[in-house]
Amino acid sequence: MFRKLPDGSGPRLTVFVEGQPVAVSEGDSAATAALLAGLSATRASALGGQPRAPYCMMGVCFECLMVIDGLASQQACLVPVREGMRIARQPSRPAIAKP
Amino acid sequence: MAAVLTSDVLIIGGGIVGAALGVGMAGRGASIRLLDGADTDLRAARANFGLIWVQSKGHSMPAYGRWTRRSADLWPDFAADLRARTGINIKLRQTGGLSFCLGEAALRNRRDAISRLHNQIEPWSATINVLNRNELQRLLPGITLGPDVSGASFCAEDGEADPLMLLRALHVSMRAMGVDICTGAEASRISHSNGIFRVEAGRAAYEARRLILAAGHGSLALGKMVGLTVPVHAERGQILVTERLDPFLPFAGDTIRQTADGTVMIGATHEDVGFDLGTTGAATASLARHATDIFPDLASAKLVRAWAGLRVMTPDGCPLYAESESHPGAALITCHSGVTLAAIHAADLAPALLDGPLGRNYAAFGPQRFGGGKDVSQAA
Repeated sequence: MFRKLPDGSGPRLTVFVEGQPVAVSEGDSAATAALLAGLSATRASALGGQPRAPYCMMGVCFECLMVIDGLASQQACLVPVREGMRIARQPSRPAIAKP
Repeated sequence: MAAVLTSDVLIIGGGIVGAALGVGMAGRGASIRLLDGADTDLRAARANFGLIWVQSKGHSMPAYGRWTRRSADLWPDFAADLRARTGINIKLRQTGGLSFCLGEAALRNRRDAISRLHNQIEPWSATINVLNRNELQRLLPGITLGPDVSGASFCAEDGEADPLMLLRALHVSMRAMGVDICTGAEASRISHSNGIFRVEAGRAAYEARRLILAAGHGSLALGKMVGLTVPVHAERGQILVTERLDPFLPFAGDTIRQTADGTVMIGATHEDVGFDLGTTGAATASLARHATDIFPDLASAKLVRAWAGLRVMTPDGCPLYAESESHPGAALITCHSGVTLAAIHAADLAPALLDGPLGRNYAAFGPQRFGGGKDVSQAA
């Protein structure tokens, strides 16, 4: 049930946030990677298109929905990084047709 | 002794049926009071799929087909009028509706059914075209259809609206037009003397000469108090809804539609389980499979909610408009197509109910069709 907070001592990995390489540590979340990359908004809200960003960082608020490895509406704060992971901003309303 | 409140008309039931009648009766000089029960009542109006649906209506009763078509024609003005009165946009879209066919046999059967319908209803001005897969694909360019999609029937008069916003707009409109809406007023007893109905609800009592029962499943018990035994039963429908997606479906569909906000609604089951409002894993799985059989790319969409509602069904699925013979002045109005018929209920049925007992024009929708020569209370 309990997990040790990542302290940055784990192996370093590279992920791609909006196509740009970002160095992260094993155990970091995709949301952490997006914040480390300096992304201020990680999605646009579904109806008004307003900028939104990770908020609770613990899987409750659903503000951090992002497109991860092509799959939309992932809770980025709950997805642990993997080497080469592609993390992208989520558009206001994702399309059903795959890109 | 609690106060007795008097009005010309008393409507029992504040769902879409009762509220549409209230809107239609308001502003015609009569005083109207509407009694609505508890939030926890079985409320079909709050579980609705939101279709304005013409193409499947009238197979067993041509009058129902014509009635439905006229309501669809009235809908644009009805929605505009509600918006003008309330400022509420009920998201009406009448760009036509699709009923998808999976497999060649289903498409053949659909062609036959539509031919029979066209032959039955004259004059029938709703045009239903049966499209093969290629024609359907031309109507939905850029959308991947599942391999088993053989075609669809398309009716230009079909459409959709937001049923929750409709219900709200009807209530706001009624209040603005002076209808006295009593909420949490569960009618428990009805008596009748000297031409006046007396309805007891909680600690209050209400009197009127004209009594309209529009209480959905609640009308079963209430009807018996005024000599109207109605053969309605509950049919459960489960519905799924996805997260909001980029608009991709420009038409309504009888089992799948995309709302103005982008959510995709997938429905619905037809289950005989009594008054059980539960949802089941099996139904959720089969509805999701149906949706991805039609649009495989929906597999990547997230489902956010499932719910169930209980349709108020007559034996033939058509509306029932019944006047009581033993208790003149009491009428019972029920149907499972409350959204589709809301426009005509307000425009035609409401004034007819105000004018007195429903006459010959409404005979097709009467209870006599379920057997017996008279009132169903005597036939049953």
